Amino acid sequence: MKLAVASGKGGTGKSMVAANLAYTLSQTEQVTLVDCDVEEPNLHLFFPAPATKNDVTVPVPVVDAAACDRCGKCGEFCQYGAITVLPNRVLFFPELCHSCGGCTLVCPKRAIHEELQRIGTLSVSAPLPGLTLISGLLDTGSPHAVPIIEAVKERADGDPLVICDSAPGTSCPVVATLDGCDACILVTESTPFGLHDLQLAVDVAARLGVPAGIVINRSDGKDEATLRFCIDHDLEILTTIPFSREIAAIQSRGDLLCWVRPEWQKDFSALAAKCRSLAGVEQ
Amino acid sequence: MIRLAVISGKGGTGKTMVTAALSRLLKGTMVLADCDVDAANLALLLHPKPIRADPFMGMKTAAIDPALCTACGECREHCRFDAIERDGDAYRVSPLRCEGCAVCTYVCPVSAVAMQPRQTGEILYSETDRGHLVHARLVPGAGNSGLLVHEVKKTAWERDGKSDLFLIDGPPGTGCPLISTISGVDAVLAVTEPSVSGLHDLRRVVTVCRQFRPRIFVAVNRYDLDPSLTRNITEYCREERIPLAGTIPFDPAVIDAIRAGIPVTDAGPSPAAQAIQILAANLYQELKHIGNGL
Repeated sequence: MKLAVASGKGGTGKSMVAANLAYTLSQTEQVTLVDCDVEEPNLHLFFPAPATKNDVTVPVPVVDAAACDRCGKCGEFCQYGAITVLPNRVLFFPELCHSCGGCTLVCPKRAIHEELQRIGTLSVSAPLPGLTLISGLLDTGSPHAVPIIEAVKERADGDPLVICDSAPGTSCPVVATLDGCDACILVTESTPFGLHDLQLAVDVAARLGVPAGIVINRSDGKDEATLRFCIDHDLEILTTIPFSREIAAIQSRGDLLCWVRPEWQKDFSALAAKCRSLAGVEQ
Repeated sequence: MIRLAVISGKGGTGKTMVTAALSRLLKGTMVLADCDVDAANLALLLHPKPIRADPFMGMKTAAIDPALCTACGECREHCRFDAIERDGDAYRVSPLRCEGCAVCTYVCPVSAVAMQPRQTGEILYSETDRGHLVHARLVPGAGNSGLLVHEVKKTAWERDGKSDLFLIDGPPGTGCPLISTISGVDAVLAVTEPSVSGLHDLRRVVTVCRQFRPRIFVAVNRYDLDPSLTRNITEYCREERIPLAGTIPFDPAVIDAIRAGIPVTDAGPSPAAQAIQILAANLYQELKHIGNGL
């Protein structure tokens, strides 16, 4: 099963849910936890361990100045404005390039080839006997989160149980994380912000055909609006985690709720069982 | 005009709550923008009256004419985004994956693929008590959020460029929407929280900001939830020579105000409201000395 944890709104507790779920399940089976929030990955803070690191690269064009006759076809073709052809040279803006390869195809002189450029890091560690953590880290200043998300997910391909922790929001990084998952947990908080962004996240999951269930985090009991939305949209509340200063403090200092308070493991085991039935996976 | 963006790195630290309160407390004429375009919440506190809505056209996306497609598979072969899927006797484009590169139109031997404009959102221009607000609605799952951020800022700049202050509610993260948000601003206020994640993400977003020109200020929200981690943050700010503009205590009045749909500073006296008043006063003093001043 490949499971995603997403939210719409930031800071609702995605990483907390993903980390505790992975920790609990790793007691009895092999779990691969994938940090797809490559702009601000945090899971390694909860599972410190030595990691093997590799560069994540994307192909970018390199123009052979001797072969290029500045015809301008590459610049005209590039949909992203990443190439500007001047009378005496070709300017390339790597931050705008999507690595589509179009410029190399259209060049009549075959003067463009591609070279790999680093945009971030992929780290793999084994913090616990049953747990593999794969984290992506986008280089600061690079805008291209999606190729890193694809790289970390690909590294987990074929693993029996994969949990992907998503970035907040509802745009490309979230789509790249949810795409191909069997089910997703949407973590929300019972505020108008949480509900507004949950509605958007539910919409994204539906567009991708990924079954979604809801976790209400930091509940102070005033969950009526969220509950009503879930009933109206036939969304299962998988679990509700109450607000408590103790849980907040455990999370803040980078500890795991299920490690400090092992009695929580049964709640996360039950959450995993509900996710399996959401995904249509045999228990 | 001074351009100030409220950012955070980590999501959920209180950017929108702080931005809404600052809109009430900072003096002078103002234009506001919500640049967290894929989860925009500022309007939920400021209740803007709509003035106009303009379509946002993202990148064009490819569409295959099934009547012309001979299913040769060249497009699929060359698509680097896995956006072309087999559909019976032809191929079709998945709009969620298509990045609009147009390589498929180039390689198709029978010209069955065309690039088509697609509306992926709306740019909204509205009226609030404190000036105009430019915000946006992005179709869930659509790409080009960085481009939409650029358009939102451009709209505010073009229509209300004479305001004293341009106040921006920014997105979380460090990727393209954040970079698009901070490019060209004079100052950023990074709102963080005392958690290992909050500090980790603050460090990264500061590194990104350092590659641009803005002055950086920090505010610590819910600072009293973990005094020792708050000390780590203030220590980091001192090392980096980043002024700490304010600290805001954990206060149930904040959640009550958000549920009531108002900035916490409108909800009567509370510890959080008082702390944000001090934050706004500190920020005002600092911003006065930037560029042409306030």
